[in-house]
Amino acid sequence: MTADAATEPGVGGRLAHQLRHQLPLLVWLVVVWNLLWGTWSWANLLGGIVVALAVTWLLPLPPVVGGTRVRPLGLLVFLGSFLVDLVSSGAQVAWQTVRPSGIDRSAIIRVQLRTDSDLLLTILAESVTLVPGSMVLDLDRDRSVLVLHVLHVRDEADVERQRASVLVQEERVVRAFGTADEIAALSRAPGEPFPAVERRTP
Amino acid sequence: MNDVETLGDVVAVAFLLLGALLCLTAGIGLLRFPDVLTRMHAGTKPQVLGVLLIMVGAAIRLQGWSATWMLLLVALFQMLTAPVSAHMVSRVAYRRRHVRRDRLLVDEQRSTGKDRVYRGDEPADAPPEEPGPALAESLREDREDREDRGDGVR
Repeated sequence: MTADAATEPGVGGRLAHQLRHQLPLLVWLVVVWNLLWGTWSWANLLGGIVVALAVTWLLPLPPVVGGTRVRPLGLLVFLGSFLVDLVSSGAQVAWQTVRPSGIDRSAIIRVQLRTDSDLLLTILAESVTLVPGSMVLDLDRDRSVLVLHVLHVRDEADVERQRASVLVQEERVVRAFGTADEIAALSRAPGEPFPAVERRTP
Repeated sequence: MNDVETLGDVVAVAFLLLGALLCLTAGIGLLRFPDVLTRMHAGTKPQVLGVLLIMVGAAIRLQGWSATWMLLLVALFQMLTAPVSAHMVSRVAYRRRHVRRDRLLVDEQRSTGKDRVYRGDEPADAPPEEPGPALAESLREDREDREDRGDGVR
């Protein structure tokens, strides 16, 4: 955490910095607590805050580096296409399980991504597993390479189409949650190494 | 008034049945698909969609916001956790060679391609059918891995 040491001078500053990074998590935990109780009341709110503080203190998580920027339009596009993909992939795989001919051959492919942020890669990996035919097998974090298992491929053209669809999905994720730098990085040639300055991993 | 309630019930039942049917196909997929990786596909996609549809049906049928919030949480966590568990299981399966290589069109993760001495659908520590060639192959792979990482260029 060299960035912390450089920007935060004292103990109080570090605490504020930590709180700023943990705040979304705390809010989310309080919301979950209230949803689980099903009704909103001051007692639930206070109880939720106590539980959230206890959880984050007892089970600390590394902060999400860089935070998020939600772009409403990109988010709408992402959510809409995600919903369509979810329904169509569920229907496709369901049909492949019951049809008499069974399934075609599958493939394991490596896709070179252009994103280099933990958060974006997580969102991408989650959504790619739920879209038609692909499942994340491994992630080479250093090289930003996603290893996918792809269902239902008949020839090389199918493989290339799947690869292209993953890159399209990556673009949607970055346009919904990424910074301006990361959107600019989309036009970078795939496979080109990231400059060390732009790396957003701790 | 009564008609509206009946219509709501019909829609809810349709959602519930469709969701149950999708979960059934997930179960059938587990039986019919040939190896761990393909089975994980069946265990994530139709199953998540099935659970979501059941949640929608239940939300229509159950009145009151508290139930709806709970169903929303279930749906959200289902979508967050199912891909992660499928990924963990399939990664272990791949590393332990529980892969039907005869059903793979390409395997770019192991671009050397054909696994000759292993059948593929077996644990990594199972004895190979031909021990000699297997040892030679694994030594060669280790050397290639080292060269990939750049350690070999000394």
